[in-house]
Amino acid sequence: MEIILSLAIGIITASGVWLLFRPRTFQLAIGLSLLSYAINLFILAMGRLKMDAPPVVDKVAEANPAAFADPVPQALVLTAIVISFATTALLLVLLLAARGLTGTDHVDGTEKTP
Amino acid sequence: MSGKTLLSLIVVLPFLGSFLAALLPVYARNTAAALSGMLALAGLAILAFFYPAVTGGGMVRVDIAWAPDIGLDLILRLDGLSWIFAFLILGIGALVVLYARYYMSPEDPVPRFFSFLLAFMGAMLGLVLSGNLVQLAFFWELTSLFSFLLIGYWHHNQSARDGARMALIITGTGGVCLLLGFLIIGRVAGSYDIDVIRTQADAIRSSGYYLPALLLVLAGAFTKSAQFPFHFWLPHAMAAPTPVSSYLHSATMVKAGIFVLMLLWPVLAGTEEWYLIVVTTGLATMVFGAWSAIFQQDLKGLLAYSTISHLGIITLLLGLGSPLGAVAAIFHTINHATFKASLFMAAGIIDHETGTRDLRKLSGLYRFMPITATLAMVAAAAMAGVPLMNGFLSKEMFLAEALADHQGTIIDETLPYLATLASAFSVLYSLRFIHQSFFGPPPRDLPHEPHEAPPWMRLPIEILVLACLLAGIAPNLTIAPFLANAAQSVLGARLPHYSLAIWHGFTLPLAMSLIALGCGILGYLLFRDRLNAVKRSPVVGRLQGRRAFERVLAAIMDGGVALQRWLGTKRLQMQLRILLGMVLLLGALPFLRFGYSPGTQQLTPVDPVFALIWIVGGACAVGAAVTAKYHRLAALVLLGGAGIATCISFLWLSAPDLAVTQLLVEIVTTVLLLLGLRWLPMRRPELWSGSRPLRVNLRRATDLGVALAAGVGMALLSYAVMTREAPAGISRFFVEQAYPGGGGTNVVNVILVDFRGFDTLGEITVLAIVGLTVFSLLRRFRPARESVRTPVQQRRQNAYDEAQADRSLGDTLADYLLVPRIIMEWMFPAIIVFGIFLLLRGHDLPGGGFAAGITFSIAIIIQYMASGTRAVETRLSVLPLRWVGFGLLIALATGAGAMLLGRPFLTSWFSYLDLPLIGKTPAASALLFDIGVCGVVVGSTVLTLIALAHQSIRTPRTETEES
Repeated sequence: MEIILSLAIGIITASGVWLLFRPRTFQLAIGLSLLSYAINLFILAMGRLKMDAPPVVDKVAEANPAAFADPVPQALVLTAIVISFATTALLLVLLLAARGLTGTDHVDGTEKTP
Repeated sequence: MSGKTLLSLIVVLPFLGSFLAALLPVYARNTAAALSGMLALAGLAILAFFYPAVTGGGMVRVDIAWAPDIGLDLILRLDGLSWIFAFLILGIGALVVLYARYYMSPEDPVPRFFSFLLAFMGAMLGLVLSGNLVQLAFFWELTSLFSFLLIGYWHHNQSARDGARMALIITGTGGVCLLLGFLIIGRVAGSYDIDVIRTQADAIRSSGYYLPALLLVLAGAFTKSAQFPFHFWLPHAMAAPTPVSSYLHSATMVKAGIFVLMLLWPVLAGTEEWYLIVVTTGLATMVFGAWSAIFQQDLKGLLAYSTISHLGIITLLLGLGSPLGAVAAIFHTINHATFKASLFMAAGIIDHETGTRDLRKLSGLYRFMPITATLAMVAAAAMAGVPLMNGFLSKEMFLAEALADHQGTIIDETLPYLATLASAFSVLYSLRFIHQSFFGPPPRDLPHEPHEAPPWMRLPIEILVLACLLAGIAPNLTIAPFLANAAQSVLGARLPHYSLAIWHGFTLPLAMSLIALGCGILGYLLFRDRLNAVKRSPVVGRLQGRRAFERVLAAIMDGGVALQRWLGTKRLQMQLRILLGMVLLLGALPFLRFGYSPGTQQLTPVDPVFALIWIVGGACAVGAAVTAKYHRLAALVLLGGAGIATCISFLWLSAPDLAVTQLLVEIVTTVLLLLGLRWLPMRRPELWSGSRPLRVNLRRATDLGVALAAGVGMALLSYAVMTREAPAGISRFFVEQAYPGGGGTNVVNVILVDFRGFDTLGEITVLAIVGLTVFSLLRRFRPARESVRTPVQQRRQNAYDEAQADRSLGDTLADYLLVPRIIMEWMFPAIIVFGIFLLLRGHDLPGGGFAAGITFSIAIIIQYMASGTRAVETRLSVLPLRWVGFGLLIALATGAGAMLLGRPFLTSWFSYLDLPLIGKTPAASALLFDIGVCGVVVGSTVLTLIALAHQSIRTPRTETEES
């Protein structure tokens, strides 16, 4: 499982980084979304993999931390998901506004003729 | 009230008053003045209370622990020296307040003036009461800042803005030097506490760091006290309102540098370096200032250069390094403050009542304003050093010191002559000031008909002039004890014997004084008419500090621009390449140094289904990367594929909360991007004709290389971490305490709303800001011309409607997707209930405010998708801004509620309530907080989506306008 998840993180990261270098704003938006998947998985992986762990603690018995998936990366990722949603929304609107103002969807706002 | 609080009040009160004055309405001139005056008087009262404690070398000291680990404490110390400075700051401050009440025009925003003035007063008091060098440097910078605001008070005036900027840059740069010097001193002495530093004086003077520390401290003091060659900001600062000049350039701002020199005199003075640098600077400043003052045509300009000259005298006296010199310096500081403040005020009255400050236009004002004239004459006599004035006494001490032998250098030889010369100049310009403005024929062509100033406006001058006279005539009954205290606190055991008598017999200093007086009068008689024709001071007039300053400034800016052009790029792609390249390099460095090895932890067995998911997910990611340029919709779908794979992985790895949120966010993001697609441009052909040029191929290959390196790096990094055992972290505490401490069984949710509730509060604030930003960006949104037309499909539908006789426009649109639409409309309540369910169970089971908020947004956006914007908004008003506002308020109020009960902000509370029908229900304040979170999420998500959706109903209008 570790190998698969590492490969998954690697592939998504590579796709995302490639898109970051592209000249079109939409490519940038997709690239950032892909990167945020990779980073979220990466953060989760920092808590090590745990399968079939109970999602909630028991009210009566004292909770045994070893039995649960690490909650800290999860809390971080939950925050990250929401924030990356917000940044994607902002980026999208920004690129639409930039496109309307500059007449191009190039990331620099000007089309460079080679 | 304890003495500790009382002493702190001296510093705190003015700042408090400044804040209050800033809140007053613009026309509240009297209230602001009364407030400022009262506070200054209150400060004086406190100061008087402490006077017995500082006599005879005593000191009041308050230590407040600030950052004790790094040896920094807030220290307030009041000794004889700081007492006299604080007295000048508060006393002259009170008089300036009274004067300014009458000087400032009701049309100006006067409360703002008083607010700045009080803040400046507070900063000065903080400076002179600081017992810690770092703290002193802080207040020093504050004085620079507030003097900038005061000098630039009439900011509609170009010269005021320039003068303020110049003062800020010069004194601010000096402040940085001062801080550096202080840091060096602090390092050498092992403490920033002034009293400790004074015990280390010998160690500091013999240290190798002495010279750099000295140079830096002097750079700070000289810039602030307008010493040559940094003097030029002071005349330009005359663009300030006259009360400001009278305050800043007599008793406060320029004396800050002098104060620091006095404070550190026992530590730094007495060496050859000190003597050479300080005496030479003081001497140059004294002569230069006095000489330039003679040729000024502007009343305030004359006073400004005279101030420079007198500051030079004080610096020179301190530079001599002899105890008597220090006494004379302190004495002259006090005297200069009194006579210069009153002279500035008199100049202000002349300006106020005649409308000009030009000495060439002024004449014979004595017959119009005899009282002001008399007062100005006495003050000018003090400035010139005429006997029976306080200025005479300190000038005598100065001349006596100039005669004494100090280091046996050439400076010693020339000092008496230069001192006499400067004194003669001083007499000359004082005489010119008085004679030119008050005597001679009546003035012609003045902007206003001159008349006497109102009595209350004259009162501050009368008090100051009275002080000059009293100190001059009966020094031992008035000024002597205060001077003795101040001198003793600087000199300690080295306090010399000195006499403040008016008559010491026929001595050499007296002869020098008389020679200066005679020469000054003679000079004025000889050159008086020619002086009026001068445009620029002879000899030194070419030394234009301002021009050099502006050249340096321009060079710095040009250099910055050039550097940016050379090193920077405006191209985002290049920036990102550099950024990611650096990240890669930094990420690789530790592995290059320490090597890479996977951990030894046993691997979890591979599940083929999971592998299959990621084969699809990985393919989706790569596909999205490839298609994002030309097939945006496909890229979006593929992005969703990768998202779903991520979502399933969360579920697989025991993170159900993440899976739920990710799935919901995925839906909203997709809708959002779909809405955006409409406004993106058509596919454009490749920029190059034929095959791709080599350059492009090369660039792509590099990008691919970096991307692959990043991917491989991340994969290796995650693998290396996952195969190692997890270190014991904070997680253990969270899991164990989630239920006993937080009252919830869903640990992740308890972390978000309780343990780390403050982070979540910050996060929803970000979300709210994003929502508002999107909203305001789209309000002014203008789509590109080519995207403005109604989409093809809609045009066809409309054309069909118009062609059929029995159909009206919009029918097809309404029939379109009829069945799905009805299903979607009926889904609304179901989704809302599901959202409430997620919200309520969040504390104990997977769910929570974020997921619930997104669910509500989906319910709403589905309505928009099914029925169209207009149809929805006739039935449903969402008011997303209120959701955002109330959500934030609820979250904040929940947090603040804990404070009301005496617990820290955001402490959560929980118990079980027995509700009728429902039964025992958990009730935690965290649920309230979660409702707030939910509200913000709903509000900002819907705000964004609706703002985007609205674009399409706005467009047809712009289309008709433009066609």
